[in-house]
Amino acid sequence: MSRVHVTCTINGDPVEFLCDGGQTLLDALRDEVGLTGAKEGCGTGDCGTCSVVMDGRLLCSCLVLAAEAEGSIVSTVEGMADGDDLHPLQQCFLEGAALQCGICTPGFLIAAKALLDRNPDPTETEVRYGLAGNLCRCTGYDKIVRSVMDAAKKINAGTGDHH
Amino acid sequence: MTITEPKPSYKYVGTRLVRPDGLEKVTGRARFAADLNIAGQLHAVVVRSPHAHARIVSIDTSAAEAMPGVKSVITGDDFPAVDSSHRQYDMCVNVIARDKVFYEGHAVAAVAAATLKQAQAAAAAVKVDYEVLPAVLTIDEALADNAPVLHSHMLTRGAEPPAEAASNVAAVTRFSGGNIEAGFAEADIVIEREFSTKPVHQGYIEPHACVADTGQDGYATIWCSSQGHFNVRSSTATLLGWETTRIKVMPAEIGGGFGGKTTIYLEPLAVALSSQAGRPVKMVMTRSEVFRATGPSPSTKIRVKLGAKKDGTLIAGDAYLVYSNGAYAGAGGMLGAMTVFESYNIANFGVEALDVVMNTARSAAYRAPAAPLTAFATETVLDEIAEKLGIEAMELRLKNAVTEGDLSTMGFPLARIGFVECLEAIRSHPHFNAPLAPNQGRGLAAGYWFNIGESSSATVNLNEDGTATVVTGSPDIGGSRASMALMAAEELGIDPHDIRPVVGDTEAVGFTDVTEGSRATFATGMAVVQACRNMVVELRGRAAKMMEVEVDDINWVDGHAVYVGNGDSASGSSGDSAAKESLSLAAIARKAKRTGGPLTATGSLEAHGAGPAFAVHLCDVEVDPGTGVVRIVRYTAAQDAGTAIHPSYVEGQIQGGVAQGVGWALNEEYIYAPDGVMENPGFLDYRVPVASDLPMIDAVIVEVPNPAHPYGVRGVGEAGIVPPIPAVANAIHSATGCRIRDLPMSPVRVLEAITAGGASANGS
Repeated sequence: MSRVHVTCTINGDPVEFLCDGGQTLLDALRDEVGLTGAKEGCGTGDCGTCSVVMDGRLLCSCLVLAAEAEGSIVSTVEGMADGDDLHPLQQCFLEGAALQCGICTPGFLIAAKALLDRNPDPTETEVRYGLAGNLCRCTGYDKIVRSVMDAAKKINAGTGDHH
Repeated sequence: MTITEPKPSYKYVGTRLVRPDGLEKVTGRARFAADLNIAGQLHAVVVRSPHAHARIVSIDTSAAEAMPGVKSVITGDDFPAVDSSHRQYDMCVNVIARDKVFYEGHAVAAVAAATLKQAQAAAAAVKVDYEVLPAVLTIDEALADNAPVLHSHMLTRGAEPPAEAASNVAAVTRFSGGNIEAGFAEADIVIEREFSTKPVHQGYIEPHACVADTGQDGYATIWCSSQGHFNVRSSTATLLGWETTRIKVMPAEIGGGFGGKTTIYLEPLAVALSSQAGRPVKMVMTRSEVFRATGPSPSTKIRVKLGAKKDGTLIAGDAYLVYSNGAYAGAGGMLGAMTVFESYNIANFGVEALDVVMNTARSAAYRAPAAPLTAFATETVLDEIAEKLGIEAMELRLKNAVTEGDLSTMGFPLARIGFVECLEAIRSHPHFNAPLAPNQGRGLAAGYWFNIGESSSATVNLNEDGTATVVTGSPDIGGSRASMALMAAEELGIDPHDIRPVVGDTEAVGFTDVTEGSRATFATGMAVVQACRNMVVELRGRAAKMMEVEVDDINWVDGHAVYVGNGDSASGSSGDSAAKESLSLAAIARKAKRTGGPLTATGSLEAHGAGPAFAVHLCDVEVDPGTGVVRIVRYTAAQDAGTAIHPSYVEGQIQGGVAQGVGWALNEEYIYAPDGVMENPGFLDYRVPVASDLPMIDAVIVEVPNPAHPYGVRGVGEAGIVPPIPAVANAIHSATGCRIRDLPMSPVRVLEAITAGGASANGS
């Protein structure tokens, strides 16, 4: 079976890869492009661990075919920091102890960034519903929600200006 | 935070250090097991039984072997025979079935091929001829007189008189004290209730994964995530019939475990496939495999009877516990027996616990295994006694709570514990008397977990620049690198940022038991402290050489060797204003070559005195009377941490335990079809709590130092999951008047109870 050639932009870089027609974007990112920040927790779109943003939309990369990424702009956790400067969400997750095992962290960071991009000053309830597509089994979500709200404050105060 | 006992003031212990492995984890660079790839690796998949109970008549792998890309195919025949008397028999035949399969999803063969697709295609071509047997799917079926017997060798352990015929009862455990008949006769009120619960899964987000590479020399390296890589090594060696030294296990980052990764599933298969193929082999489970074939919790039927005097004094307790551990013997019932009455002084008690088997996946440990279910029973019966006697639930618990010196169920006296302090922390919390809205209710519950010690090792290497590398054998499952760095910093007197905590592989550090029983910060922390103290002895010796003085004249103070002269105390505990000279740790490290060579110290110990942990939770729910939906509106959890080395991660353990407990209470359950096939093996139909299901969880850290640990640590990982189920159940009763005694307390069940006017499914 011939492979599909895909050209797209990932984290600001032009990227080309070959994939199988049935291969998911998640598998292509991990196995063809070498970006393993997005994880497979379920493969059925239920856990959010594989969250990426494609053309401005937050989605589960396990539910998207890699071939659909042709011509698109994809953001993954690997692109969140600006060199050594962490995104305020990353910084707040670290300082707020918002991760225990860390497997869900990339997906939460991507989902939280997508939330703050469309709602820069969310209430606690809005954060909770905004992140309801992402499972964390370690933290009980308390410190994740607090860290996202702290990051929003930081960004809005201009102290965490980024991107 | 509530601090209930005076403790020494520490410089680093108790601070909120940014975890040393955090940067890698927020940038997506941390390597979990499935992130590893090795040049030349094959991909392997497992062939699993579609039947819950069947005899394997034959396995034909010839078609699979002939398929494109296939490099090796293995079955149970590729492993040495294992006798049912072997200590790890259950683990061995669970990893790959031999003559029989005992649950849907049981591994019967594995296939390695160049690509995952090829391996999947070949796995589908493995022909297994099964003779399907009647499946035992409930506790009642397992205990029935004419029940199909799963294991012909299973003679009930602990049976009196000794069992002569095989049955599905693996073991009976009995504890008793006082005179139970006399106790109940003296009681003014006796309440007896029955409870039932379903298996639930630990639900770690990272599926099991490993890469194994067997070299030409017959030595294998395994990269995997686990709660204990030394156990992966020994268990894999056992299954393969190899010497332990032939296997090296490299710990990957672990994406959650909660007890579920204290055992192994894939690693021996990967090594066997790699040995056959002469290539590295990668295996990653799907979520469906994780649900169907890895350890859920046991399911239970529990009966608890409590008797009390009018003034609320508990006087008698009787418990009958049946735990099904799935396909093989387990210890759920025994652990239930050890926890059911442990929190309270009950002069006359009897406990009988059965461990039974049935045709569901072999259960594995899940955070304080067994205890949440005994707490569900005891704490809701207590609530009912309080209600009927007109005594406040809090007062009833304070009146009967165990304290230091009281005897445990097993007859040994309790060391200093913080149960009463946790109760008082909740009683004095603003939540305790906060008003409730209509349809809301408040529930109180307590929980106990004994915690364990076991073996741990640590190595401290001082580097030329004065920094330190601390190597331990405990995987970092929730911030333990940070707590190791803080304890080492406190001992050595250097900044924790100058300490690099590392999880060493099985050849890089001494033997270390699995991270279980909330033991990592307690026991591995003790090994780190021991190694650091040995290092300080060495540093004082080196400093004495450099200063040309007697070592007894050197104290270790705040990261410096300080000359105190006159052979003063060498305790290192205090400074001396008469110090004539001082050398920093860095200065001594720089000169190590001239004073005796590299600075290395180790600590290895069998940790004793893991202090029991107590937790007290207060939960507010709002119940929709039209739908039976229960919403958690407020939650406060107090827990005795002994000393919180890193308060943020102690809070995190408490909050995580609460969330899992709430999921167990309200949503989670394994659902089986009549043939034993699991019907909800995915996160869509097995629904764990999401962020919008929960409020903030107020974690109150109580600190009653554990006398057995140099910093007073008691394990915090598990106790937090014990009280949530009864706390939610008691809150639902407070809101609706209904007592629900069967899990989960799903909307359907709650609505049924409301409709029935407060009577529960099994009558009250």
